[in-house]
Amino acid sequence: MIVIDQLSKIFKTASSELVAVDQLSLSIEKGEIFGVIGYSGAGKSTFIRLINRLEEPTSGRVEIEGELITGLSKNALRVKRQNIGMIFQHFNLLWSRTVSENIAFPLEIAGVSKEEIEKRVQELVDLVGLSGKETSYPSQLSGGQKQRVGIARALANRPKVLLCDEATSALDPETTDSILALLVDINKQLGLTIILITHEMHVIQKICHNVAVMEAGRIVEQGSVLDVFSHPKKNVTKKFVEQVMGKPDDEVAEDSFIATVAEGHVLKLQFIKENTNQALISEVAKKFKVDVNILQGNIKRTQEGAYGSLYVQMVGEEVTVQEAIQYIEQTSVEVEVITHD
Amino acid sequence: MTNLFPNIDWADLVVATGETLYMTLAALLGTLILGVILGLLIYLSQPGGLWENKWVHLVTAAFVNIFRAVPFIILIFLILPITIFLFGTFRGPTAALPALILGSAPFYGRLVEIALKEVDGGVIEAAKAMGAKTRTIIFKVLLRESLPALVSGLTVTAIALIGYTAVAGAIGAGGLGDYAYYYGFTRRDMDIVYICTILIVVIVFIFQAIGDAVTRKIDKR
Repeated sequence: MIVIDQLSKIFKTASSELVAVDQLSLSIEKGEIFGVIGYSGAGKSTFIRLINRLEEPTSGRVEIEGELITGLSKNALRVKRQNIGMIFQHFNLLWSRTVSENIAFPLEIAGVSKEEIEKRVQELVDLVGLSGKETSYPSQLSGGQKQRVGIARALANRPKVLLCDEATSALDPETTDSILALLVDINKQLGLTIILITHEMHVIQKICHNVAVMEAGRIVEQGSVLDVFSHPKKNVTKKFVEQVMGKPDDEVAEDSFIATVAEGHVLKLQFIKENTNQALISEVAKKFKVDVNILQGNIKRTQEGAYGSLYVQMVGEEVTVQEAIQYIEQTSVEVEVITHD
Repeated sequence: MTNLFPNIDWADLVVATGETLYMTLAALLGTLILGVILGLLIYLSQPGGLWENKWVHLVTAAFVNIFRAVPFIILIFLILPITIFLFGTFRGPTAALPALILGSAPFYGRLVEIALKEVDGGVIEAAKAMGAKTRTIIFKVLLRESLPALVSGLTVTAIALIGYTAVAGAIGAGGLGDYAYYYGFTRRDMDIVYICTILIVVIVFIFQAIGDAVTRKIDKR
């Protein structure tokens, strides 16, 4: 578990003070993927650097699995850092070293023996899917491959925590997805706690368990990804949710399409944390003598299940339709009857 | 050959060429060591650097600026007492080395500093995040990542040094400059001046070619 308590960072210049991180408190469970989202300037980049003290906190505490990071001496911190992995937006690889040599670097720093380095590097190359690229130089790799080297390098000393600083922001959408899949994979395989910062909500949606929304150095909203998605409270959060779900206006252009529905009922099915009712529609159609016609829908998958809504038209005998609605209501899907003729 | 260059003693010419090469290479070695130390000190002690230190920064920067400002021929006269104290004479190629090194190391030091500044700050941050010691960052990140720029800077410095050896030669250091001046210019035997010029140009070209080849080989960007 990682505990962050009243953490602040104030940058002082000759004439002014900038509060980058403002009395921030958080706790992050072991083995979870925790996302911090915010616009640029919100202080998230400073925040993640405070965790391994690449930036010295002005005040406050950081604790990782009971060890007080903010209390460590310079030398003890240096040794501790060997067990906190970090990956970066621009990868930060050494261009003068090959893929293998880059991955070996943190092992050299930790004083691992040559034979062991060789063995470990090969394991890591396989883990991140870079077999065959061992002797390539970073300049010969694509962005996604470079980030894979970054991840392998960060994992070399078997850390318990991985810090991701906008790790996918410099990548195209497809490559982003493959890197996110790799992060989920290592999170599950190695039980690694991952803290990532990003300005892209779909990164949060795809891989995070919990999320904190940051604005002006503070956390303005926090909770499980599904909660934050389904009930965003603050405006900044709503905007981030819109990045993924689209604007509510787009979705509920209800009147226009409802007017075109001539018969039957229009139902709104709200899916939250859905894992069990994947085949709900076809089940309903099979069980009851009703026709179900999908009008519009927007459903996203998160680590905890699906989230979103579906508009359907249901045509049939009134009694049968009511039975079908009752059946759906028994599941975790919420039903809202919008019109009926 | 003897018709084209009637006044040349070929054995003397070989000796002079050897002296020029000796002065250049020996001074280059001294320049490399002193220049890297100066460049590193300026870079590391700068505000926000790994060894931030106002006084070290001020002193090294002042040393570099002063010795770069002094014209080389005057520098030779200025450090004459030191040369005589060290070697008992100011004549000969070895006695020229202190002046050559002091003349070119500050120049190379600046090139080293520029090369180090070009190293991506993100890479240094990554090394810190891995728990690297400052020593590791210096040798395995800073110097290694800037190596191509360090080599091409050394090539430029080497060529300036060849010019300096000729200047030193004119006041008795030996080498091709010495030979061209005393045996050629003062006796009006211009064929000696010409052959010395050709040899110096050839040496410069060889140094440049070696420098370029090494840079190409190590530059993996």
